[in-house]
Amino acid sequence: MARKASPEINAGSMADIAFLLLIFFLVTTTMDVDTGITRKLPPPVENNEEDIDVKDRNVLKILVNSQDRLLVDGKPGDISQLKYKVIDFITPHPGNDEYPEVTTKHIDQLNMDITVSKGIVSLKNDRGTSYDMYIQVQNELAAGFNELKDRFSMEMYGQKYSALIDNDKIDAVNAAVPVAISEAEPEDIGGK
Amino acid sequence: MSRFKSSKSKGSPGINTSSLPDIIFMLLFFFMVTTVMREVTLKVKTKLPQATEIQKLEKKSLVSYIYIGPPVKSALYGTNSRIQLNDTFATIDNIQEFVAKEREDRDEADKKFITTSLKVDGLTKMGIVSDVKQELRKAGALKINYSTRKGKKEKR
Repeated sequence: MARKASPEINAGSMADIAFLLLIFFLVTTTMDVDTGITRKLPPPVENNEEDIDVKDRNVLKILVNSQDRLLVDGKPGDISQLKYKVIDFITPHPGNDEYPEVTTKHIDQLNMDITVSKGIVSLKNDRGTSYDMYIQVQNELAAGFNELKDRFSMEMYGQKYSALIDNDKIDAVNAAVPVAISEAEPEDIGGK
Repeated sequence: MSRFKSSKSKGSPGINTSSLPDIIFMLLFFFMVTTVMREVTLKVKTKLPQATEIQKLEKKSLVSYIYIGPPVKSALYGTNSRIQLNDTFATIDNIQEFVAKEREDRDEADKKFITTSLKVDGLTKMGIVSDVKQELRKAGALKINYSTRKGKKEKR
């Protein structure tokens, strides 16, 4: 009778095969997390819609020309000062004509009225501005607004904005410190 | 007394390696599951600018990418920044089509969460980026993300 037990398969090389596959996946794996500055574009404008008039004192105008130079509120500005300029501008200053108007806003989550600045940061760039510069400006603006959110959050909850977990609290801070950045259509002055 | 010493005085016993394949397979499965294969071959160079105020981009399946930068084969395509959608070079006119297609590929419920990630080379001029942004507005893809690397606090 040829009923011998079948010979055992040699599993000694199993580890080697597994190692080979492992090394392949190790090499091909990319574990980078995509990061960036998230922005929301305004919906497309209808032609018949009229321009909304905003008072001059409510707007912080930032212009970037094709040489990557800044003009902040009519004066040549520096990128390192931009953040503080934004913080200063957006912080409510009731009764001061130099600063934007203020309005009281009811925050549902806190059930209290908050003084909110009506200020808008207006960013306009040339078609020749480099993307690098544009991102730096956007970054500084974001830094300014994040700082303001942190301040408000510290005052209300004793925590930084980034440390907040409760969605209600995050919404409250976002409502109290709206990120008011308006982007104008770029101009072509400096040429490409 | 010698009977107690019978099996001693040999070399150290070999380590049992029979569970080694199992351990390696465990590692292998971990990497297999976490691996994301690169979906497109880049035809443009995108050296991303640095920023500090960055957010993580979650739900990678809901992100569509637009690459803008100078072509890799600059001898063939020149050094002016070009737009790349999926695997090919594209022009401004293709963007609305691209957005519509990306939207079709997603579930109905997820459509409003689609984020468009702009991977743009730092040396690109804003003109082309603005054109792309205008097209995205027209196409209704309003959530965008300027892809950046995490940079140092003070650059200079």
